[in-house]
Amino acid sequence: MDTLLLSRIQFGANISFHILFPTMTIALGWMLLFFKLRFNATGDRKWMDAYMFWVKIFALSFAMGVVSGITMSFQFGTNWPGFMETVGNVAGPLLAYEIMTAFFLEAVFLGIMLFGASRVKPWVHTMATFLVAFGTTMSTFWIIVLNSWMHTPQGFELRDGVVHATDWLQIIFNPSMPYRFVHMMLASGLTVAFLIAGVSALRLLWGDRSEAVKSTLRVGIIAGAGLIPLQILAGDMHGLNTLEYQPAKVAAMEGNWETGPNVPLVLFAVPNQQTRSNDFEVAIPNGASLILKHSADGVVPGLNDFVSEDGEIMHPRVAPVFYGFRVMVGTGMAMLALSWGGLVLLRRYGAGNMPKLALYVFAGMSFSGWIATLAGWYTTEIGRQPWLVQGVLATKDAVSDVSSGMVWTTLVGYLVIYAALIIAYIGVITYLARKATHGDRLPTRDYPTAGAAAPAMLQPGE
Amino acid sequence: MSLFSDPAVWLPWTFAALMGLSILIYVVLDGFDLGVGLLMPLADAREKDMLVASIGPFWDANETWLVLAIGILLVAFPPAHGLILTSLYLPVFFMLIGLILRGVSFELRAKAPPRQKNMWNASFFAGSLLAALSQGFMLGMYVMGLEWTRSNVAFAMLTAVFLTVGYSFIGATWLILKTDGALQSHAIRWAKGGIWGLIMGIGAISLATPFVSARIFDKWFGMPQMLYLLPFPVLSATLIGFLWWKLRRLPRENDRWAWSPFVSATALFVLAFGGMAYSFYPYVVPEQITIYEAASAPESLLIILVGTLFVLPAILGYTVLSYYIFRGKATELRYD
Ligand code: HDD
Ligand code: HEM
Ligand code: HEM
Repeated sequence: MDTLLLSRIQFGANISFHILFPTMTIALGWMLLFFKLRFNATGDRKWMDAYMFWVKIFALSFAMGVVSGITMSFQFGTNWPGFMETVGNVAGPLLAYEIMTAFFLEAVFLGIMLFGASRVKPWVHTMATFLVAFGTTMSTFWIIVLNSWMHTPQGFELRDGVVHATDWLQIIFNPSMPYRFVHMMLASGLTVAFLIAGVSALRLLWGDRSEAVKSTLRVGIIAGAGLIPLQILAGDMHGLNTLEYQPAKVAAMEGNWETGPNVPLVLFAVPNQQTRSNDFEVAIPNGASLILKHSADGVVPGLNDFVSEDGEIMHPRVAPVFYGFRVMVGTGMAMLALSWGGLVLLRRYGAGNMPKLALYVFAGMSFSGWIATLAGWYTTEIGRQPWLVQGVLATKDAVSDVSSGMVWTTLVGYLVIYAALIIAYIGVITYLARKATHGDRLPTRDYPTAGAAAPAMLQPGE
Repeated sequence: MSLFSDPAVWLPWTFAALMGLSILIYVVLDGFDLGVGLLMPLADAREKDMLVASIGPFWDANETWLVLAIGILLVAFPPAHGLILTSLYLPVFFMLIGLILRGVSFELRAKAPPRQKNMWNASFFAGSLLAALSQGFMLGMYVMGLEWTRSNVAFAMLTAVFLTVGYSFIGATWLILKTDGALQSHAIRWAKGGIWGLIMGIGAISLATPFVSARIFDKWFGMPQMLYLLPFPVLSATLIGFLWWKLRRLPRENDRWAWSPFVSATALFVLAFGGMAYSFYPYVVPEQITIYEAASAPESLLIILVGTLFVLPAILGYTVLSYYIFRGKATELRYD
């Protein structure tokens, strides 16, 4: 394999590993703030129990996100020097603002949030929790701005082949940014909702009867049920936006080869790039035209439009985009069914007496958010190929000239480490859940709420 | 003054200064927490927890300075960024693996089942070692102009060892400041053992750099600048002498002077760094690309600078706040 392909696989592997953890921490930060505020308002111990359990998982995820993120920031230089040399004038300031407005905020207040509870006033601790959650959201915003700009670039001009920024508002508020940002925030929310519901279900199955675990099951299911319709709506609008700016990607997502009206919605197929048609197609007539153009005879772009006269293919490889999209939407539909089903069961039986089967299904879906998120990113990113920055910079022009043997070595190294760490991560979450089930009541100190007069926070001898 | 009238001149200069500042802050801050990681095998089980506790609230923010430094290199000097990182491809990889291992072990050693604790302690140490060695190696290669020749690699291996020992030294001085009792006495012993790494590291680089390039040689040994530069070696020697002397007299009653080794070690790092910055200016890739040739478009740099002027004071402010909140001797890490 050549350096280009290996570098792409390596970048894909690194960012896939990285994104798993931000997806957890972005929404979990807000969830922790919610637990903390509920506790401040009600003084009910169960919210603090929930906080204490989930803050551990947050801390672990955060550490994983930070170290894999550091890897990301070196990738540009080691593997894609052409990226910064060409679009550095746009990408640079965006990354700089991410580091300055988000990373430091998170990193510093994380220390106070995790270890400062007994050293600062309760409201300062709540504030630190807020700032950490806010920081993760800011960092999502900036990185999504950059990523969206790579899909729908504007507000710049080319001078001697180098991009120069002309209008920062246009760059930041580029056409796909709002959709992508909303979709990603919701994806994070769903990932966390299903993780919380799943782990709580597991603890109930293991016999945990605490109020905290019942409450978190309820919170998880309700959050999931509330967010998933929004996500489907946002996804639909995102797709329409993509149709406007990256028609080749939508054609690949739909598995549609020929431009025309009355295009069916392909539910399943095996796209065949040799014959340029689909094998084993199962489809709903007129479906794609209806979804994308809101009329049965709406014209939908096809992949054959993106092959030049001399046969050069200017659309992404179809199969990964096509399957990636179906995995994401399929997971989304499963989430819809499960969370609304769960809502009905909650009303009927209450969180303490949910049918076993439902609990098993929730436990099995704990990491479903990860699957949908990765599938979504593969759709988006592979769908942009052969471009790195749509219409401006081709991926092959950005790659570095290090030898392919070197990239092989590092790729294998990363994959081994990542596999081990994922296993350790999931293992530790399970272990913590088991430990909490067997009565390891976490906090030992009496916690003052924000309003109440704080008793002496430092115990003698500390 | 022409330096500050043309944005194509003062902007690159400012960014080089900012980058230098964040590398320096990184080397001191992550230097001490990597150093604490390096000392893990010397401590017993209970002390290991204290070692980790002494850096717990800080390490994440400390590492962010590396992200900022590399970010500035990336945004302000893109061609240099590409050149440096592709020629240091493998050492960068090893450093990243080290940082990954270290960061996750930090969490996992406390959260994974107790029978795995020894394993995660070991990987915490291994990660710190790998990161420190590869940073030292990169430093050596950089000083030698990023040429992969046999003698340069040999030199870089030496600086790798020296920087690693130097980190463990500043780590030990941090522990002197943040611990008490038996552990503090151990830390004093460790510091005595580690100081040579610092001395030899500074020595090796100071001796090597002037001979790599005639330009640097003239910068140091021409007249009259040699006279202005005299404070560098003199101050460094004084600080080392002071450390040598002081470490033999600690601990004192009421913990007096416990801060002094860490402060002196920091000052030494600053001096050594200042010397290097002086040698290499105006080059960002030694003897190949100057900061002025490598700089991004002034408009883009200006946009970043405006933000920096507002944000950097805030960052410094809440960093100080966090060190203030966690001042005093380290206590067991707890979430409640
Ligand atoms: C700042 C920019 C940026 C951001 C935020 C992302 N990507 Fe990306 N992605 C790139 C910038 C990029 C890139 C540098 O442009 C790559 C490298 C090679 C390429 O083709 O594009 C790329 C490629 C790339 C590939 C390989 C595609 C291929 O070569 O066919 C995958 C699988 C992903 N990305 C996945 C992701 C995921 C899961 C992300 C979620 C965080 C993500 N990307 C965010
Ligand atoms: C190429 C793309 C990316 C790069 C270079 C990158 C870089 C980084 C770096 C260096 C960190 C660690 C910062 C620290 O020291 O605290 C980090 C953390 C983080 N990143 Fe990324 N990142 C990328 C993609 C993304 C995307 C797409 C998202 C969100 C959708 C994201 C969200 C976050 C968040 C929330 C954190 C905070 C740490 C955490 O929550 O685990 N990043 N990233
Ligand atoms: C079920 C209905 C869904 C629809 C119709 C939908 C639609 C889309 C579309 C069209 C894209 C491609 C954007 C592009 O063209 O660049 C996308 C990307 C993505 N999707 Fe979905 N999606 C759905 C569900 C989900 C779910 C449940 C998740 C995660 C929990 C998710 C996570 C993502 C992510 C992370 C991306 C990549 C980032 C982005 O481009 O926004 N999606 N989605």
